[in-house]
Amino acid sequence: MPESIIRAQGVHKHFGPLHVLKGVDLEVAERELVFIIGPSGSGKSTLLRCLNRLEEPSSGSIWVDGINMLDRRTDINKARQRIGMVFQSFNLYPHMTALGNVMLALRKVQKLPREQAERRAWAALERVHLSDRADHYPGQLSGGQQQRVAIARAIALEPRVMLFDEPTSALDPELVGGVLAAMRELREDGMTMVVVSHEMGFARAAADRVVFMADGMILEQGPPDAIFGNPQHERTRAFIRQINRH
Amino acid sequence: MSSWDRFLDSFFNLKVAAEYLPKIIDGFWLTVLLALCIVVTGLVAGLLLAVLRSFGVRPLNWLIIFAVDLFRALPPLVLITLLYFGLPAAGFSLTGFASTWLALSLVLMAFAEEIFWAGITAVPKGQWEAARSTGLTFLQTLRMVVLPQALRMTIPPLTNRTIAITKGTALASVVAVQEILGAAQAGVSFSFNPTPLTLGALAYLVLFVPVVLLGRWIETRFAWKR
Amino acid sequence: MTFDDFLSAFFSLDILRQAWPILLDGLVQTVLLSLLVVPLGLLGGVILAVLSTIHHPLLRWPLMAWVDLFRALPPLVLLVFIYAGLPFAGLEVTAWQAVAIGFFLNTGAYYGEILRAGIESVPRGQMEAARSTGLSRGQAMGFVILPQAVRNVLPDLISNTLEVVKLTSIASVVALPELLFQARQAQSVTYNATPIMAAAVIYFILLWPVVRLLSRLENRQLAGRR
Repeated sequence: MPESIIRAQGVHKHFGPLHVLKGVDLEVAERELVFIIGPSGSGKSTLLRCLNRLEEPSSGSIWVDGINMLDRRTDINKARQRIGMVFQSFNLYPHMTALGNVMLALRKVQKLPREQAERRAWAALERVHLSDRADHYPGQLSGGQQQRVAIARAIALEPRVMLFDEPTSALDPELVGGVLAAMRELREDGMTMVVVSHEMGFARAAADRVVFMADGMILEQGPPDAIFGNPQHERTRAFIRQINRH
Repeated sequence: MSSWDRFLDSFFNLKVAAEYLPKIIDGFWLTVLLALCIVVTGLVAGLLLAVLRSFGVRPLNWLIIFAVDLFRALPPLVLITLLYFGLPAAGFSLTGFASTWLALSLVLMAFAEEIFWAGITAVPKGQWEAARSTGLTFLQTLRMVVLPQALRMTIPPLTNRTIAITKGTALASVVAVQEILGAAQAGVSFSFNPTPLTLGALAYLVLFVPVVLLGRWIETRFAWKR
Repeated sequence: MTFDDFLSAFFSLDILRQAWPILLDGLVQTVLLSLLVVPLGLLGGVILAVLSTIHHPLLRWPLMAWVDLFRALPPLVLLVFIYAGLPFAGLEVTAWQAVAIGFFLNTGAYYGEILRAGIESVPRGQMEAARSTGLSRGQAMGFVILPQAVRNVLPDLISNTLEVVKLTSIASVVALPELLFQARQAQSVTYNATPIMAAAVIYFILLWPVVRLLSRLENRQLAGRR
């Protein structure tokens, strides 16, 4: 079996007295789309954010693309270029245009000369079909467009892995489709993706594996049909029942 | 003598300190008195101007705005100098204390007016309308409905501004007032030793550190929810 | 005292013509002084504000103490302490050096607090997004956070800059030949208040546009809040 591109073992996270992650093991193979679902407070977002060390795990190990993410000696900024992240609240830089947003890391982190950075940024915006809005400021874009620019900003660095933290939860329903389409295209291009989301339809259609988390632990994981159609664990069953009701 | 001992002997000379401490303490109380006078007259005048402005009499408002701009633009030391050294040429004579009091009160008045005005205009128009529609007069509405709400908003910026201006009392030393800095400087001249300055600095800290901390506390307590 | 007496005491054209050259020299010094201390203060402020974002327990209290110390100590006291006190410690300090150090410490603390509030007003997600693309902390601060922070607190920054320019007048106390100093010199030689009046008018002409601008910015912010 090929070496997993993401390997998290025994990850614990405490926020003061709160034990949010209780020994999580997660492996993700290259080109896999892993969907993480679960009730709020289950630790899904925290786990995701541990993968690029935006949160520091209290204990455990995390390896991404052969890099030990938790080692003090690791150049974390270099490591993060290989991991793209898309946030629930987009977090686009309001004082820069869409192009500027995408170009910043290309110029300052990868130290690309201006022309090359611009070309790469354009290409990234093309991939999310927003190159005609390159000179717009975030305030002039709809929520869905902002999120797609955020995706472009992440993929411009040519990461090996993309992390999505509830990418559509802050969007009006009619804008969700555009973002999901962009994510589907990424998948088809062979990107390894870990997605925390409530978009169950998307999970059913596109995910390779669905992971169910509750109370800081992974309770069950498997192909979407298995998890949605025939959940084994009682908690999973209750959760699936609840979301089917809506 | 090692250089550390020399340093202590210069800035922390106990003998000199004991000799000039009484003067510094006198200066301390004078500073407190001056500051309190400024705060009272400045805030009252500022509130008065803001209330006058709410009447909406155009030429009066222009006058008020001009006065406020004037005292926001002029450096306080220039005002003090003008009053203390300038007025005698016109036949008046103000003491150093009075010059500082008047000058800094005018400055506080200007800043306070702006802050009070911002508070008054921030109270939604609906409050006025509701009160007036129940028959309350303009002044009653102002006094019982608008000002209480306005004042709550004004407390954090007002405390900050007031603290900043009362530190200007140190400027009174320039016009021969024996407040803390004045007494300290005199002590230094007479004793050829900077210890009185150290004492003076400590006296200011004793006075203003609690005030600054109080200001921080007031700010957090009255923080307006955004 | 007649009106003519008043005019000749404060508005004597003759004296004005005599004093004009040195007043102009003083004005140039004031401008140079401002151009020195404002960037110095901003530098100090940026350092303090960025330091405050490092949430190290050992850093928190000393930083807060430093800021409160230099906000509690009146700037004039600090200036006099440096200018008159340091020589006793063996350090010769020129007026310009004392002013530079004093302003760096004092106005740095004020700018630091303003910028700190500005940085805190930038949503946390901005730093996360920047870091997630591999930008270092310093790069994220410089390219993403600080530009937004400054934009958010621009009125306060301008207001404080105005205060700093007004504060340059205290340099007159340590005999730095800026505008107020020259005006005092001219006044004491001619026993006429016109030079000081002229200095006040010059300050007003120089600073009034900023006061008006500030007033407008503050009103716009207020309207936006409602």
